[in-house]
Amino acid sequence: MKIYGVAFLAACYLIGQVIGKYIGVGLGIGGNVGGVGIAMILLVMINDRFYKKTSLHVETQAGVLFWSSMYIPVIVAMSSILNVKVALSNGWVAICSGILATSCCYLLIPLISKWSKLNLKKSTE
Amino acid sequence: MIGVDILDEMFIKNGLVIAFLVVGVMLFLADWMSKKIFNKRIPGVAIAILAALVMAYFGGDKGIANHSVFSGMALLGGAMFRDFTIVATAMGASLSELRKTGLPGIISLFIGVIVTFFVGGSIGYAMGYTDAVSFTTIGAGACTYIVGPITGAAIGASSDLIAISIAAGVVKTIFVTIITPLVAKKIGLDNPGTAMIFGGMIGTTSGVAAGLAATDPKLVPYGALTATFYTGIGVLLCPSVFYLLMVYLL
Repeated sequence: MKIYGVAFLAACYLIGQVIGKYIGVGLGIGGNVGGVGIAMILLVMINDRFYKKTSLHVETQAGVLFWSSMYIPVIVAMSSILNVKVALSNGWVAICSGILATSCCYLLIPLISKWSKLNLKKSTE
Repeated sequence: MIGVDILDEMFIKNGLVIAFLVVGVMLFLADWMSKKIFNKRIPGVAIAILAALVMAYFGGDKGIANHSVFSGMALLGGAMFRDFTIVATAMGASLSELRKTGLPGIISLFIGVIVTFFVGGSIGYAMGYTDAVSFTTIGAGACTYIVGPITGAAIGASSDLIAISIAAGVVKTIFVTIITPLVAKKIGLDNPGTAMIFGGMIGTTSGVAAGLAATDPKLVPYGALTATFYTGIGVLLCPSVFYLLMVYLL
């Protein structure tokens, strides 16, 4: 049944939200720290375990995969509700700092990626 | 006009269903344009996202959702559905890939927050915002539009400073969404490992997710995984360590 997959996904999501919330409160910053990441790791680990023994039922998987394919429409909807007007109207400070700071990070990505690959080679040798 | 009232009520009651239809039509048209006009050189998703951003400009503080017809977009594009579907994408991620790039992913998170904060803050400084509170708030805003206001509120920034910091964060999200598919090849963003580093360096979950979706949907779970920790680390460091450092330096 597809709903098993949806329920499984919901369980991972909610456990992640609860743990993330407690981490946030525990660190004294409120909010949700890494709840989504924790839920993703949980889902990957459980899925991996099932995969090794007996793979999750096809129908159950379909329940998760449906929501995974809804991801792009959600992103399109999300882009349409951003406060674009404020972003553009709040002056050059916001535009410059947002764009230039991010550009520096883009420039660093190939460097870190290269370093990570070198490290990987060393550890396998 | 009774007819308009009836329609208006129907739009609000069925917001989410209307959002499904609107997004479906948008993606269909975008895919068609991608194939027929751009010869698939610009992915349909990227066109749809860009169109959505343009639509948002004609809305209000909640973008297009300020119009009653599109009120459901706020639910479909809100944090709940965003996070729920992002978690679902993990179904396509492999555990061994995640393990391989785990450490570089975590390191890139810290480098990403540090670089963004200091570059963002320095630009504010160069443009006349020279005190520690301004530097910290603008630098935090350059991280994400959530880190900015939380940091600003914590260190007692004025409301127009907080507005600038939110704006900086939204500019970043829009910038990342548009620029990622264009520079993906140049920065080697074509494998899970680099996607995780990308997620950690850039950090805005919305931007990373949208940018990767337009680049290669298979990479989304890897980038999203590290990016979801970015805001947390930013909120942790900016109002505490970074602020104290700025008070000491400025």
